[in-house]
Amino acid sequence: MKKQLIDFEIESRREAGAGCVLLKMRPLGAEMPQCEPGQFVEILVDDASCTLLRRPISICDVVDDRLVLLVKDAGAATHALCEASVGKKYSVLLPLGRGFWVDDNVKKVLLVGGGVGTAPLLYWGKALTARGIQPTFLIGARKSADLLLLDKLREIGSLNLTTEDGSEGTKGMVTAHPVFKEDFDLICCCGPLPMMKAIAAIAKERGIQCQVSLENKMACGLGACLCCVEDTTSGNRCVCQDGPVFNINELKW
Amino acid sequence: MVNLNVDLGRGLTLKNPVMTASGTFGYGREFEDLLDLGRLGGIIVKGTTLHPREGNPYPRMAETPSGMLNAVGLQNKGVDYFLSNILPEISHYDTRILVNASGSCLDDYVEVCRKLNEAQRVDAVEINISCPNVKQGGMAFGTTAAGAASVVKAVRKAYSGCLIVKLSPNVTDITEIARAVEAEGADAVSLVNTFLGMAIDVERRKPLLSTVTGGLSGPCIRPIAVRMVWQVAKAVKIPVVGLGGIMSANDALEFILAGASAIQVGTANFVDPSVSVKIVEGIEDYCCRHSVDNVTDLIGQI
Repeated sequence: MKKQLIDFEIESRREAGAGCVLLKMRPLGAEMPQCEPGQFVEILVDDASCTLLRRPISICDVVDDRLVLLVKDAGAATHALCEASVGKKYSVLLPLGRGFWVDDNVKKVLLVGGGVGTAPLLYWGKALTARGIQPTFLIGARKSADLLLLDKLREIGSLNLTTEDGSEGTKGMVTAHPVFKEDFDLICCCGPLPMMKAIAAIAKERGIQCQVSLENKMACGLGACLCCVEDTTSGNRCVCQDGPVFNINELKW
Repeated sequence: MVNLNVDLGRGLTLKNPVMTASGTFGYGREFEDLLDLGRLGGIIVKGTTLHPREGNPYPRMAETPSGMLNAVGLQNKGVDYFLSNILPEISHYDTRILVNASGSCLDDYVEVCRKLNEAQRVDAVEINISCPNVKQGGMAFGTTAAGAASVVKAVRKAYSGCLIVKLSPNVTDITEIARAVEAEGADAVSLVNTFLGMAIDVERRKPLLSTVTGGLSGPCIRPIAVRMVWQVAKAVKIPVVGLGGIMSANDALEFILAGASAIQVGTANFVDPSVSVKIVEGIEDYCCRHSVDNVTDLIGQI
């Protein structure tokens, strides 16, 4: 898919909890490019002083030719994005990277999300549904208020929750959830690194195909600068171009 | 109609003074969707070594105020792979292709250049004696006049085309190094490579780069780079290629007025992947506005 540099305007914004904002953005002077679930965009937040580089943000959804991003306030640039009002314009580079994929023989899919890492699972879950696969979601957070996108995920598949403090769903980490007693053909996971590694370990033990979405620090987003490399079984590979989604067998986990 | 042609010596003419800096533009094809490569004066491909290199461990990059540190460490698949697998894929670009060549010892530099000498589509070689991110070679050669001279002397015999030497700013007197490489037959010098820098995550009490130190680039280094280009342009007779934090046509013109015959766009490619073409257009607009017929008339006016 051809990469494009397009100005987007914030059409609507709403607080999504856990210090996150859900932005719906309209492309200006261009069609919304075809994006694959699990791909990401690089957004230039030039109203944050001192930040220079674009910020990589995963595609949360594409609705009515609008780009939906779930942004967590985690630094100067994302703070500015979270504070931005409707009508504000940003330069966006998209679509970037390799997203999630599914083989023809896959029937049962578990999508595991942690924190803001839940974002790409919404778009992926919708795509799976369109292929006739109803996904099972397992979403974890520290506390009830940090569970994100629940209303939207509930519309697509069955929803399982865990919180570390037990304020909603099963108490503990996602790995402790009884949903793992079920059989799955594929697990896709996006969240904090320790969580993805723990899920990968379960998948390996059970012999289930597993994909994870990495978020190494990156600059160009195009596979040119080689800053965001992950040490894989075939050497250093760019998370921005060869990923962000990898099969765990490609990684040295 | 403005004449944007520039001449860097030994047959290397560019249709305009704008090139993309090595390591920031891959092999050009990564940016193919986003700009017309044929609009550029040249592209300088990723640093190439005799043998494949995996580069340094992650993390390799840290954003700093108005800049970034990198410690990529010359990850590349080696000159043979470049010549047989990559060069044929990019040969059709209507622009000059320059190869940035690096080595960990003199023999490596010579061997890479000998191989590049045989490749017709390689329009020039930029010798990297200024990479701060490799343990051996790299900047070690570029921080003394004798070391820099020894590389150029050896490589000059192996490469018959335009030889540009990329200088390190991490020296006491960059003009001394520039004069030393000029004396050994360099056709041009390019400057500056990155400044050795460092950043620390105070919460974790750990360096932000796996290598602790790395190369600082971006607009934060521009005034120092402009000063060094100005000094070197006065010290040597060969053409100077300026780089260091160029984000716009205005920035590029600063370097040209300071004495650069051509410029390279580096870190800015990460911010706006189409910026290099905008810089070509901006330089042309400037020349029109100021009734400058030949961009070469601007070189070294300061």
